[in-house]
Amino acid sequence: MKRIAIVLSRLLWFVPTLLGLIALVFSISHIIPADPVRIIAGDQATAEQIDALRTKLGLDRPLWEQFLSYLARVAQGDLGMSLFSQRPIVEDLMARLPATLELGVSAVLLAVSVGVPLGVVSAVYRNSPLDHVVRVVSVSGLAIASFWLAMELQLLFSMKLAWTPLSGRIAGFPPEPRSGFMIIDALMDGDREALDSALRHLALPTLTLALPAAAQLVRLTRAGVLEVINSNHVLYQRAMGFPGRVIIWKYVLRAAMTATVTQIGLIFGVYVLAGAIVVETVFDWPGIGLFAVNSILRSDYNGIVGFTIWAGLIFIVVNLVVDVVHSFIDPRIVR
Amino acid sequence: MSAHRFTVLRRFLRDRASFLGASIVLALVLCAILAPVIAPHPDDIHDFHTANRLKPPSWYNPFGTDRMGSDLLSRMMFGARTTLTICVIAVGIACIVGIPIGLVAGYYRGWVSEMLMRIAEIFLSVPQIVLAIAISQTLGPSIENVVLSLAASFWPFWARLAYAETRSVKNEVFVESAVALGCSAPRVMLLHILPNIASPLIVRTSIGMGVTILNAAVLGFLGLGAPPTTPEWGRMINEAREFLPEAWWYVTFPGLAIFFVVMGFNLLGDGLRDILDPRIRRGAARRG
Repeated sequence: MKRIAIVLSRLLWFVPTLLGLIALVFSISHIIPADPVRIIAGDQATAEQIDALRTKLGLDRPLWEQFLSYLARVAQGDLGMSLFSQRPIVEDLMARLPATLELGVSAVLLAVSVGVPLGVVSAVYRNSPLDHVVRVVSVSGLAIASFWLAMELQLLFSMKLAWTPLSGRIAGFPPEPRSGFMIIDALMDGDREALDSALRHLALPTLTLALPAAAQLVRLTRAGVLEVINSNHVLYQRAMGFPGRVIIWKYVLRAAMTATVTQIGLIFGVYVLAGAIVVETVFDWPGIGLFAVNSILRSDYNGIVGFTIWAGLIFIVVNLVVDVVHSFIDPRIVR
Repeated sequence: MSAHRFTVLRRFLRDRASFLGASIVLALVLCAILAPVIAPHPDDIHDFHTANRLKPPSWYNPFGTDRMGSDLLSRMMFGARTTLTICVIAVGIACIVGIPIGLVAGYYRGWVSEMLMRIAEIFLSVPQIVLAIAISQTLGPSIENVVLSLAASFWPFWARLAYAETRSVKNEVFVESAVALGCSAPRVMLLHILPNIASPLIVRTSIGMGVTILNAAVLGFLGLGAPPTTPEWGRMINEAREFLPEAWWYVTFPGLAIFFVVMGFNLLGDGLRDILDPRIRRGAARRG
């Protein structure tokens, strides 16, 4: 019952947080010195044309009225039209979401499957040469600008060694889009060539996004394991003659991971979602990050606002899921 | 007191990682201040030598030249100025706004505190760099706007930290006794609570500098940072993109500069944490 209450209270928070976020983005885009109407109308527009456009866009009404009508539109899933492509922004974002998710999910999977074991090993063999190497690598991983790493990887693997393609998602014809995930679609088609191409295209962007995330996971896991490893229940298990492997990988890891899991939402948001903006730009990956950057380059105002709300929504949902998962693996939270 | 300070300093210097971090940060500050004096070709910031463009590293141009034929090392040294100015001011504003909010919200209970922290949480509901991009895009590219957007997206971190720390010391005996002695609320907050929560704030500031440098570089890379002719590391990497793979130095050296500087602040932060926070002192952990 308690668990349901936790999930419900989190769900209740969802609405005010989202409302607040929309209000924040709205104020950023409306309380600014520059006049958006003048920008949209262009340099040649006369005063009458500007006034007409202002009335048409509803920008002559009081701010709170504008906000309410904006809110009503967002609630209906309408983020406005892209000033550049003249298509609804929601449509553009939806079409690009699978590409970003494919990249993001594979980066998180890679980061978790490398970062967590390394963190455990690093903690168990603390102050060994291995621990020092892991720590140096994880400190470095957090200091690298991802757009720079992306370009250096391109330079080495695509340009010099020609092992991976330079950019894009696939070479030749893509498989029939069923799920939007290139790998899953290729598997469903049984198209080995497409699968091979998709995986090669995915390799470098995934690596770029996964490195800082893995580095952060190593640090969190290492700290968590070190905290648990000296506790009494571990001493007891040792005294009872439990095999070391079972103690570490079953009991210590589970206790240590509860703290790490709460951070995975943050890691997803900071390193994967935000990282996607620059990584997708460098690798020309057709996801929502590239959409955001294209909007920036074309001064597509609605596009940026739409992307910001979209990114916030994904971030809030991911954190919600993490909270729920956390309440399941950490029994203490329910008590 | 001074003896204690001395041992703290000695312990800090003995730890290789912290020492390395502090040295890198010091080197960055020196580079930024002395750029016009120590840069090999300080005039290259304004002058173009198109005949000399995209030359690989040599004795004359240690890091090669860029697309305008300017010396890359010199531009990077002036870039240290841009980066340090942006980040120090941005983090400074974020601290000045965030810490008092967290302190007040943590000290008092009531709907004002609740409101303040909810507002901070809304700012945190979108990844920081996304918010910074949205703000700097609306305001247009200039150094002031970069500072503003970074500060606006960063203050909630300090507010939340100061809030949590204030909450945790608020019921300690020393706060109670200060109140009992008749200290005013601002006095209790500034002279009794703030010094006691300073350690985590200082640690966070050092690591926050690293994060801010990375974010500022992203803004520069996206063309939202300093205006085009300003030497800025992120923008330099963006300019270099079209000259790959031939001009490898053009991308590589500014990126390495970002890497070392961010690592410097992170190591410094870790080192400060070991010294300032006795609960997780590394020596103690080793004995356990």
